[in-house]
Amino acid sequence: MISAEQSCWFIQKVVCWRAVASIAWSVLLLPPTTAVFTFFSKFSFLHPIQTISECISLMTSASAIFSLILLCGVIVMVGFLNLEYYTVIPTIACSKIALLAQLLHPRQLVNSLLHCIMGVIVAWCCGVTMGFRYESLGYPCPQSDGLPLMCLNEYQLILLLLGAFVGFSHSLLGVMHNFNYISFHTVQQYKYHRFKGALPLVARCSVTQALYSVRNFVVLYFFLGHVPRAWICQTLNLQLNSSAHRLDSISGLLDFTLLYHLWISATFFLFLWYITLLLFRIFVTEVHSFPVQSSFTDDTPQCLPTVLAEKQPMILKFLALQDLALLSQHSLARRCEVFSLSQPGGHAHNWNAISKECLSLLADLTQRLQAYHDTIATNGRTKSLSSGSERKSSSETSGPDEWASPRPSLQLRTPASVFRRSLVGEPLTAPFTPDLVSPFASPALRRLATVVDPGSPWYGTVQSPHIMRRGPKLWSTSTDSQVSGSPPPSPASIPSAKVEPAKPSFLAQFLQNRKDQVKNFLSKRVLVTYLFNKLPEASSQALFADSQAHIWALEGLSYLVQASFSEDHFGVVQTTLPSILSSMLLLQEAVDRHFKLPHASSKPSRSTSSMEESTYKTLRFALRATLKTAIYRITTTFGDHLKAVQISAEHRKRLQQFLEYKE
Amino acid sequence: MCSLALFPPPLPSGHTTLCESNNQLLSRTDINDRITQDSSPPSLHFPRESLKLHSRTESSSKAAFLDHSETLWMRSAAAWRDGGLTGLLNEITNSHTEVPKWLSVSSGCVLALLRWVSSFHGSLFPHLTLSSEDMIAEFSQVLNWSDCVVRAFSWHPHADKFAVALLDDSIKIYNPKSATTPTLKHRLQRSIAAVQWKPLCASALAVACQNCLLVWHVDPCSLSTRPSSGCAQVLSQPGHSPVTSIAWCPSGSLLVSSSPVDTAMIVWDVAAESGVPLQRVGGGGVTFLSWSPDGSHILASTPSALFRVWETRMWTCERWPCVKGRCQSGCWSPDGSRLLFTVQSETVIYSLTFTDIPGVTTSTSRGPQAAAVVADLSETAFSTPDGDIIVGGEIQSMAWDLRGERLAVLLKGDSNAADRPAIIAVFKTRASPIFELLPCGFVQGEPGAEPRLMQFHPNFRDGALLTVCWSNGKITHVPFYFLSASFPQLSFVGKPSPPRLQDGAADFTNQSLFTELIS
Repeated sequence: MISAEQSCWFIQKVVCWRAVASIAWSVLLLPPTTAVFTFFSKFSFLHPIQTISECISLMTSASAIFSLILLCGVIVMVGFLNLEYYTVIPTIACSKIALLAQLLHPRQLVNSLLHCIMGVIVAWCCGVTMGFRYESLGYPCPQSDGLPLMCLNEYQLILLLLGAFVGFSHSLLGVMHNFNYISFHTVQQYKYHRFKGALPLVARCSVTQALYSVRNFVVLYFFLGHVPRAWICQTLNLQLNSSAHRLDSISGLLDFTLLYHLWISATFFLFLWYITLLLFRIFVTEVHSFPVQSSFTDDTPQCLPTVLAEKQPMILKFLALQDLALLSQHSLARRCEVFSLSQPGGHAHNWNAISKECLSLLADLTQRLQAYHDTIATNGRTKSLSSGSERKSSSETSGPDEWASPRPSLQLRTPASVFRRSLVGEPLTAPFTPDLVSPFASPALRRLATVVDPGSPWYGTVQSPHIMRRGPKLWSTSTDSQVSGSPPPSPASIPSAKVEPAKPSFLAQFLQNRKDQVKNFLSKRVLVTYLFNKLPEASSQALFADSQAHIWALEGLSYLVQASFSEDHFGVVQTTLPSILSSMLLLQEAVDRHFKLPHASSKPSRSTSSMEESTYKTLRFALRATLKTAIYRITTTFGDHLKAVQISAEHRKRLQQFLEYKE
Repeated sequence: MCSLALFPPPLPSGHTTLCESNNQLLSRTDINDRITQDSSPPSLHFPRESLKLHSRTESSSKAAFLDHSETLWMRSAAAWRDGGLTGLLNEITNSHTEVPKWLSVSSGCVLALLRWVSSFHGSLFPHLTLSSEDMIAEFSQVLNWSDCVVRAFSWHPHADKFAVALLDDSIKIYNPKSATTPTLKHRLQRSIAAVQWKPLCASALAVACQNCLLVWHVDPCSLSTRPSSGCAQVLSQPGHSPVTSIAWCPSGSLLVSSSPVDTAMIVWDVAAESGVPLQRVGGGGVTFLSWSPDGSHILASTPSALFRVWETRMWTCERWPCVKGRCQSGCWSPDGSRLLFTVQSETVIYSLTFTDIPGVTTSTSRGPQAAAVVADLSETAFSTPDGDIIVGGEIQSMAWDLRGERLAVLLKGDSNAADRPAIIAVFKTRASPIFELLPCGFVQGEPGAEPRLMQFHPNFRDGALLTVCWSNGKITHVPFYFLSASFPQLSFVGKPSPPRLQDGAADFTNQSLFTELIS
């Protein structure tokens, strides 16, 4: 398959190299960071000269070099984890239970475990660097009978435990705040400037986050510190020095030097991780310029029109769309290639492929919004779902690993099936995507997933919204007893499917009633409600999670159409202008309706400055603004010429509003 | 090079400039005898007395309340909230009876140290010692900003409407086609330094305020005259106030704001309310921004003798050190290839050309190595029937119409001397075969009124339309009728209707009918 080769090509040649470059830079930045850390850990006000000389002698010692090598290994590991876990479409948990499921996902557990181990390693390196009382886990202590025994050095233990704790909390926070989400910036800057601009933020974040971590850790150690201590003593056959102070007491923990050292070390770990993450983000999101067309057929899979149509990997599609948006804005020569005709035949293949892909993206979003709106319009009440639609959604959104074997449809039918799955103890894997989790979520959210999925039969076709609106209603009337077979291949086949279950069987009726009872019962329990209640705005965020692609598609299309006014010599754009305009106007209508929903806030909330990428929270506002600007860009360029474009009367009216600047 | 000596003499007192027609500036003596012109938007008058001004600033209202004793903790918390670290230290030092002696003494020492450091910083960048109102007045494009009734003015880039910011911190939006005049007021909307409409959008208006940046969304179809403050987005970043200049990207997606105290200018993604600071060493702040009409460059001037020209593709900048003073004002040619700028305490207009083709990296195609002087505006004496007047000197601001045919220059003059009035000099410009400035004339208002602020209408069909805000609170429009050769009218715009000058036509018929076609 071309696509498989293609994605291989891209991942191997571009993404991996970028990741390697980012790791290399992080490794290069390691010695200065370590030097700064050493300086701060040794710093004493009264002897500044001595501090510096100590630092220099320490940095050149063999143990420091060994710990530096260990730290390099840790950074390579972190970089590898970044590469393994990154995503361009954030996973947004719509309820607390979904978040919990994300945290308990095996993949995530592996990540947490690795972070714990790395935390311990970094903490050990810190201990070696700081020297003094953190150097080793055991020390010979004189006993009363004169025999030297190995005693536990609790200072190093607390440091190592802190490392594990910070690693663990970092990976947990990473899930909650989507650290693995990579956002693309609207302001293109060179990598050096981006890095320089983000460095103060990283430093500030690691300092404050370390402060919180140390606070939490100290509280935890105060209460539970004796458990790991006893365990370590037992496994390593160490004694507890009865004359030394215990650290899990108030007086032991109020040692300010200890707290300062813990804080400095935690800052150091977090700084290393954040820097690696930052560099990875900067390198991966760098603009990649795809050729618009190539004279050699071998290179065709690497050209922009082919790449745009790819579905996997997402990063490839995103970079291609970004490149499209930039070339349409800035590059006259590449625009000319887009508008050019193929040499034998005179077809506008480039433009057709690009515009088709962009339009299908827009149509896809429009459908998603309409489906969402339709359910919300029923006041958020949960309607009984047909197995057909759910079957379809689950089978398509989740990976084939879990749903490959046919299951009894009854088990999947209820929205509360999530419960059942979790109670039965099945692996909580892919279906815990935001929309499919909450039993109080509206069924359309599940249906959305159908529409989102690029593999669905509707994908890529521009459909009239009326068909879309009718689809769900047809499904919702179908009853439970429908035997789950292959998913309906197209909306047209649904009515025929509906005829089959002429009369709901008694058993199905009974189960339906039971299910409702269980649901009612559960919804009255506080914990359950807390866990399953939808987080505000989350569903809206989830709906627009991949809207960066749509934003670029809108920008690319509108700039190309604007440029075509003077640059398109063959009129290739004119043929698609009506469909571009109508799909933009349809989307505009859908977006307007979405923002009129009661729960949708009209303004973005204030973002806090942290390492958390909060771009996905504001994507819908950005999309709304971009859409309006895109339509205005076309209307301002073409002006009254648009009256000659063939579009429906309703759209013409809407367009007139834009021409008069009344939107 | 053009100089003021080539200009026709200014009008005698009592004459006001009306319009340019047939290549000549026409004037009237009697202001009451108005000429009705269909194409021209309405003139407005905001008498100073009609505005309700703030009698006192917010901080001084403390005196109106009775003093009541709070605990030291409460006062310290309040001081921290209001005045930050300095406020807290001040509070501790002042309440030396309640705190231990070592604390008050040490905080006094830290305070003194802080003041010493900040005075050192202030001596490097003297503008940092100004209060924020004075700072806006110093760096604003408006002449004598603090005394101005109309503090900012902006034409909508596409529709026929404009926004006016007044002395009482309100903004009014006028649309000749609609009866409603929305008035925008917001708690944070104080000391407005600039307003600008978002391009490719009907409703968004950015306002540069003392403490933040507001983006209003005024629905053009709404009949409400007082949009609620919920229609405004507040964009603020610590350390980025007062905002003295803003500029929208001509493609409508980004907004840049600058403050003389912040060395970084911030590029805002307004919809997401997120800003990217672009920081470079040197200059001590950014005072004035101007985005070129083609969107490829931004002029950013600093309070010191240095300005930068940013390229907006990869956001890199070129440094341009000046010899004498800071860059006071600048404007771009419509195609973004030429920048005209003026330097404080110099009386000439400089020009820089940028010839880089978009898509080619900037490192290969540098601009010129030095700026060229294109016009000399040094003081020139003209004899008028009322006696000699001296015109020329320092330049406050410049405006270039979007066809690149008329350049208006606001000369500061001297408000204390009667014979050195502030005046607007208008040049004709042409780009080919060589760039040239040709004299057109002076634009004058009623006696006693000095021009404070001016802007060209972005899409006036019959030539150029200069809107001038005067010191007496009037806003007038001066049309320049000409046929543009270099900027062919697109057919959908429609044939330009010839200017209809109805009852004042007697004046014009006496003029010679000679028409110099501008090539």
